[in-house]
Amino acid sequence: MYDTHYLWPHKDLLDVTQLTADDVMHLLDLAASFQEINRRPVKRVPTLQGKTVILFFAENSTRTKVSFEIAAKRLSADTHALGKAGSSLNKGESLLDTGLTLQAMHPDLIVIRHSSSGAAAFLADKLSCGIVNAGDGWHAHPTQALLDCYTLRHAWGGRFEGRTLLILGDIAHSRVARSNMHLLTMLGVKVRLCAPRTLLPAGVETWPVEVFGDLDRAVDGADAVMCLRLQLERQQAGLLPDLSEYSRRYCLTLPRLSRAKTGAQVLHPGPMNRGLEISDDVADMADSRVLDQVSAGVATRMAVLYLLAMQGGRS
Amino acid sequence: MTLCIRNALHLEAPVDLLVDGDHVVSMTPAGHVPPPEGCEIFEARGLVLMPSLIDAHVHLREPGYEYKETVATGLEAAARGGFGSVMCMANTRPVNDNAAVTTYMLSQAAKSHPNGPRLYPMAAATIGLKGQEIAPLAELAEAGCRAVSNDGVPISSSEIMRRVMEYAADLGLVMSDHCEDPTLAPGWLMNEGVASGQLGLKGQPVVGEALQAARDIMLAEYLRLPVHIAHVSCAMTVDIIRWGKARGVAVSAETCPHYLLLDETAMEDYNTACKVSPPLRSAADREALVKAIADGTIDIIVTDHAPHALHEKETSMDEAMKGFTGLDVALSLIWGLVHDMAICEADLHRLCCRRPAEIFHLPCNGFAPGDPADFILFDPAEAWTPSVNNLYSKGHNTPFLGQELRGRVKHHWIGGVRLF
Repeated sequence: MYDTHYLWPHKDLLDVTQLTADDVMHLLDLAASFQEINRRPVKRVPTLQGKTVILFFAENSTRTKVSFEIAAKRLSADTHALGKAGSSLNKGESLLDTGLTLQAMHPDLIVIRHSSSGAAAFLADKLSCGIVNAGDGWHAHPTQALLDCYTLRHAWGGRFEGRTLLILGDIAHSRVARSNMHLLTMLGVKVRLCAPRTLLPAGVETWPVEVFGDLDRAVDGADAVMCLRLQLERQQAGLLPDLSEYSRRYCLTLPRLSRAKTGAQVLHPGPMNRGLEISDDVADMADSRVLDQVSAGVATRMAVLYLLAMQGGRS
Repeated sequence: MTLCIRNALHLEAPVDLLVDGDHVVSMTPAGHVPPPEGCEIFEARGLVLMPSLIDAHVHLREPGYEYKETVATGLEAAARGGFGSVMCMANTRPVNDNAAVTTYMLSQAAKSHPNGPRLYPMAAATIGLKGQEIAPLAELAEAGCRAVSNDGVPISSSEIMRRVMEYAADLGLVMSDHCEDPTLAPGWLMNEGVASGQLGLKGQPVVGEALQAARDIMLAEYLRLPVHIAHVSCAMTVDIIRWGKARGVAVSAETCPHYLLLDETAMEDYNTACKVSPPLRSAADREALVKAIADGTIDIIVTDHAPHALHEKETSMDEAMKGFTGLDVALSLIWGLVHDMAICEADLHRLCCRRPAEIFHLPCNGFAPGDPADFILFDPAEAWTPSVNNLYSKGHNTPFLGQELRGRVKHHWIGGVRLF
């Protein structure tokens, strides 16, 4: 149950690596209580009334932006969304100047997505308002990892210890993979990675994971499989031969999934390339958690916004 | 007009230095020879006497990028940092690929620093640094260029590289090459390794540098011509150079203080102040470079002084410019290596004066009779902290900003004229 006396010590949420297991459990408990609001006929509470949240998405995003926006509005925060097209970044303004300009409007939080790894940390260092990293380059996507964690917690009946999660796909360029690897490892999950070598990050042999090139072996006995979206530009960059070969080797299909534990969970951060990294029958099967993830996303982001706006930065 | 520097410390021995006009007359054990009648006496009081250093790789940004640096501010930083000669790269705007630009650089230097530091522009190897047509190197040499480089823009065509080396050799110009295979990891932001994998930043593998260095050394062997490998950053390139030297190839090489002192872990907080080309490598690479300057595999230390404006560094990692300033701080940093006994003081003279002079055919002061009277008095004990208020370069983009260093240049003479 959510502990109302828990002291949340963070001004910003830049990556899951800054959180303790207690922080995570506290946040997920809170998210669970917000999930209840999302099922009411009137989905709005006045908790963050008078608070301002700026959604600064310098890189394209639909679902994450909508998810944050709904999360903020259900808590009655005022939101303002700013994309790259509508911002001065397109007029040559620097990221720092854009940040300082937004801050001068006295928001409580700035949610930022940016294509450059480290961009959220850069703003957090320069600005006094709270920063929520909604994805920076290939580096981190903490709210995605938290919502995945929320989903798995529910699906696994609250037990992480000893479970095995396979993360499948373009690990090298994935902030989702990095944040999930950190978070779930911290909670005692054994993480496996599976990708062709061209899509594995440098130094992956030093990560606390098992690495596979062969999907059949990787999926063997897994409690959950998380497919990643394959960006089509990876093929253009010469990291892959044609996409049908990728799909033959790395698409999560029912026969392959049958090697995992019975009832293994299937996750995908979306948007899915059906037939490329995940087959239709897997995406649509009863044990697919893809839509649960979306729903958990709103609740988890409500918890993040609440904790940072109400308690963040208070010493 | 004669001058006697009395009681200076040269290679740990107390000496008196006698200068006549623009050249050295003698250096003798302190107190052994009385100064001649009417001689101006300068009491060094135990300060360290060193030859003025030579920096064979700087960017002075003028013409075209005067907001980053000018010839005047760059030369002032050089003078204050102990450098009596600097070789400036051609990546100005317009590029130094014709005599007019060289002449302009030299006239700006003559205006602001008529008594030095001495400026030796580097000719662009190819027109506009585009790597396609050889620049008019004879015209550039006549105007005052002393070496050739396509710095910052690697020459991917081995055919063009070969022709530049051949054509430059006829003119007595050495080709200094920025070794980077531009097709390997385009768009890199740091070294490829454990740190880049964790940070999610695109990395350049060390082989991107070593491949091009190997090509250059093999070309040099085949053509029997010299080649100079710029700013070596990794152990793999050191090994290739060692291999080339063992085969008798006329290859020389340089590295920079930052590759000797920092490694890729400096990037861990997404610190754009540490973004540089080539990138900071692993701790093992750093150690190999320190060994290579001590054993002579790497011939010289340069700064690759690359000033940028604040807004060009204080931004996201993908937008931040690459490069550090170095003229103000380099000697303090290199002295740190002497202090830590990674190299000795005589090595410093070799790495920062004698060898660069040999490679690029420049005058240098070995304190022998007739040598140019270019020298500094240096206080190795003085602690100072580089800050925006005490750097002479316009650029403050050194990763050592705010970090306490030891050793400062107190006085500097070039051609017998005291600058300060």
